[in-house]
Amino acid sequence: MSETKEPLFSKQNKKLISDPLNLNNPVTIQVLGICSALAVTVQMDNAIVMSIAVLFVLVMGNLIVSLMRNLIPSKIKIIVQLVIVAALVIIVDQVLKAFVYDVSKSLSVFVGLIITNCIIMGRLEAFALGNKPWASILDGVGNGLGYGLILVVVAFFKELFGSGKLLGFEIFGNSVEQTGLYAIGYEDNGLMLLPPSSLILVALYIWIQKKRTPSLIDEH
Amino acid sequence: MSINKEGNGYTMTFAIIMVVVVGGLLAYIASTLKPIQQANVKNEKMQNILQAIGLEETNGVSRDEAGKIFNDYITKRIILDYDGNIVSELTNEDEIKGSAKKLIDEKDAFNLDVRKYYNTLTGLMKKHPEGGADYEAALKEAGISYPLFIAENEGEKYYITYFSGKGLWDDIWGYASFKEDGTTINGTVFDHKGETPGLGSKITEDLFQNQFIGKIITDENSGEYKPIKVEKPGGEYNSHQVAGLSGATFTAVGVDEMMNRSLEVYNKYFSSLRTASLEPIESPLNDSTSVMDSVQVVVDSTMLAIK
Repeated sequence: MSETKEPLFSKQNKKLISDPLNLNNPVTIQVLGICSALAVTVQMDNAIVMSIAVLFVLVMGNLIVSLMRNLIPSKIKIIVQLVIVAALVIIVDQVLKAFVYDVSKSLSVFVGLIITNCIIMGRLEAFALGNKPWASILDGVGNGLGYGLILVVVAFFKELFGSGKLLGFEIFGNSVEQTGLYAIGYEDNGLMLLPPSSLILVALYIWIQKKRTPSLIDEH
Repeated sequence: MSINKEGNGYTMTFAIIMVVVVGGLLAYIASTLKPIQQANVKNEKMQNILQAIGLEETNGVSRDEAGKIFNDYITKRIILDYDGNIVSELTNEDEIKGSAKKLIDEKDAFNLDVRKYYNTLTGLMKKHPEGGADYEAALKEAGISYPLFIAENEGEKYYITYFSGKGLWDDIWGYASFKEDGTTINGTVFDHKGETPGLGSKITEDLFQNQFIGKIITDENSGEYKPIKVEKPGGEYNSHQVAGLSGATFTAVGVDEMMNRSLEVYNKYFSSLRTASLEPIESPLNDSTSVMDSVQVVVDSTMLAIK
């Protein structure tokens, strides 16, 4: 007897996307991928491109591993996952260098470091190896978006208070010409340009998130 | 099916096939995209040089545009040696071939790998910490070269110099253009590989770069080389000083060092240009003997011709 095919966007499948956005967010709840959340969030455009890159690698990685899940010999499964992720990241890096050169310059080494992003290896091992392709794609999309959400939120505050800009547009006035808010003595917060501020912002995010959903708070 | 997925044979075969497929795929993608990537780097260099001239027409030029109009503005590409003598000279009629990695044309200033020379230079500086004649001789022997670009626009000539050095974390480099007098700066462009975003990376912004416009590299009275100093921010600056970046002292020190180490050499070329253009007017009496000699030669040869 054949199973009834699960509809493409059944409740269970929808959860694969919605969970990582909040209840099971890879950065704030699973505590993975913190490294790039610290480093790439000085400007919003970098954060957005980084999120898209990670999303691409995650979805394609999940898909490929899931398609091959019955073929991969268990002795070398970690190595195989690593090879797949590394190949995808190299492709992303080469494409960025060719078609969006300015962005690749500001992201520089961080694109290569996507390989070390725990979210990717984590999801490949925990989900794609044991699930069907479509579900794996959705899981990749969900986690990628969850990661992107955190990055963009952190970058929003860091760019706004660190440089007075959003996506390059001046919000508080021009700091060089001392117009707008700068005229009355407002100054950009230098700490917002450095990694420690990301840690503080992520911690604040986790605090607010757990306050809103008490079920997430660990029992001691 | 009786393939033992856990067996060593299967594992080995899988691994070999995977490596071959992935390797081939990556090699294919890299080689297909390489020309586009190289064009990006080349155009960026052209963009930097054009922006450094300091002309309104080229200030906001895009990378693609820069590639197209580069030869309209840059008429000569010269390589100087440590004494400021011209080693090679190319014009905009000559195509820019190859790239810095594949030096097809070693005589093209555009492809000069100045960062390679910087490593040689720092090695020599360590060997001869006092400087002196040995140091100078070693520098000449090492053949350290300096690229110079000449731009022409509306009858005015500009000299674009290049320098490279180390910031706080990694390489920094830049271009400075000089007016025809070879001493007044008309524009600068700086770039870096890995300075701290928001701090050292600000050397690429107009607020830092525009300060150099109008500064001079020779002493007003003696005409001797006088370096430009990057001072602490928040003070008064004369024609030889600019403000550093607060919170980015080392990057600013790097800029100071690389500019002055290199501009001292470029100044040798500029002052040779100045003396060459001044000679006939400046010292008619001193040179009267040589003038008379050449007149004598002309008279002699005319006499011979008449005979």
